[in-house]
Amino acid sequence: MSGKPRLTYCNGRGRMEPVRWLLAAAGVEFEEVFLETREQYEKLIKDGVLMFQQVPLVEIDGMKMVQTRAILSYIAGKYNLYGKDLKERALIDMYVEGITDLMQMILVFPFSPPETKEKNLDSIKDRAINRYFPVFEKVLKHGQDFLVGNKFSWADVQLIEAILAVEEKIPAVLSGFPQLQAFKIRMSNMPTIKKFLQPGSPRKPPPDECYIETVLKIFKK
Amino acid sequence: MAGKLKLYYFDGRGKMESIRWLLAAAGVEFEEEFLETREQYEKLLQGGSLLFQQLPMVEMDGMKMVQPRAILSYIAAKYNLYGKDLKERALIDMYVGGTDDLMGFILMFPFLSDEDKEKQRAVIVQKATSRYFPAYEKVLKDHGQDFLVGNNFSWADVHLLEAILMVEEKKSDVLSGFPQLQAFKARISSIPTIKKFLEPGSQRKPVPDDKYVETVKRVLRVYYDIKA
Repeated sequence: MSGKPRLTYCNGRGRMEPVRWLLAAAGVEFEEVFLETREQYEKLIKDGVLMFQQVPLVEIDGMKMVQTRAILSYIAGKYNLYGKDLKERALIDMYVEGITDLMQMILVFPFSPPETKEKNLDSIKDRAINRYFPVFEKVLKHGQDFLVGNKFSWADVQLIEAILAVEEKIPAVLSGFPQLQAFKIRMSNMPTIKKFLQPGSPRKPPPDECYIETVLKIFKK
Repeated sequence: MAGKLKLYYFDGRGKMESIRWLLAAAGVEFEEEFLETREQYEKLLQGGSLLFQQLPMVEMDGMKMVQPRAILSYIAAKYNLYGKDLKERALIDMYVGGTDDLMGFILMFPFLSDEDKEKQRAVIVQKATSRYFPAYEKVLKDHGQDFLVGNNFSWADVHLLEAILMVEEKKSDVLSGFPQLQAFKARISSIPTIKKFLEPGSQRKPVPDDKYVETVKRVLRVYYDIKA
């Protein structure tokens, strides 16, 4: 309808990264506005474009969408990455929610106090290896290429994002999960994802000190 | 394919209450199995019924569904409470996301120390009156319709009413200053299925008490103190 979707967020992964992944996987080009100062953020609030005074914000099809899940569901629905019926959608939603719980641990990790970082890393490893990865390893034993309905969906995109994010923290985490290893290779070779994984794409690097400082400065209470 | 619809959770609100609300609003009957012992929970785990080893779990239409958001989306779509198209669904999802965040501040409340409870009560009221209620007040004011989305009763309306009542339990006059929400509350409360759910004897659960907190901690083996 209108032009490209426009993403407003900090210049880093945070809660926007799954949106970048999903748009990229769907082959959809988008623009980005990066928040760098508190003033920019306060202006957005004053202009009334943030329904709950929060980012991420995605302007798409005439809507100013907030709430990451709502944004992702809309994109998945629009670009046919949400299964073929209600039951497939239910499976995709369940899988995505589980993966999101794991990603949440990684999201908050950079902001945790230094003395808790080792414990938090252990928790991430424990959850990945004992709770989440076994589930998807088992699902993939159905022998199909994709998690749901023998078709590429939002669930596959979310899982490959999570696998790579966990591997950045725990490099050997997929040992013991042969299905997931094969899945990782398959997904990484899909043309849109392959392109997203190359340098120069909108994919953001892991959070660094500068990113953390910027976020704290903009959103300080 | 349809058959029993059964909820597995503690005998209390927690993460299951929004599901009870939505089923009730849709006029759908359901059974409940209440977890009281560690053994019951371990039996569910060993039986492979809990995909991510967590509750809530809802058995419906041949599935053992987990993850509240997934369960609620499925129910909303199945019973036509999810708007008429993708864009209405997007609005409903956004609005529900907000009320979910608001109710999230209340979820942990029963588990806090008395001192933290007082602090958290203030946070809940502040968030409700400065962030969330104004947003929904504006939506209703701008379109002047009875329901939040598409001039039709939807999941978003049920969720907002639930959130309003929960915040009112923490501060009874919290809606003063929000005339649209006051009217909304009266309207939605008088919808027959909701009115029935709000009456004594329904499957709506009361405000969580110490017994509920003890049960959850015992069944899930939570040994640490919970902070807001």
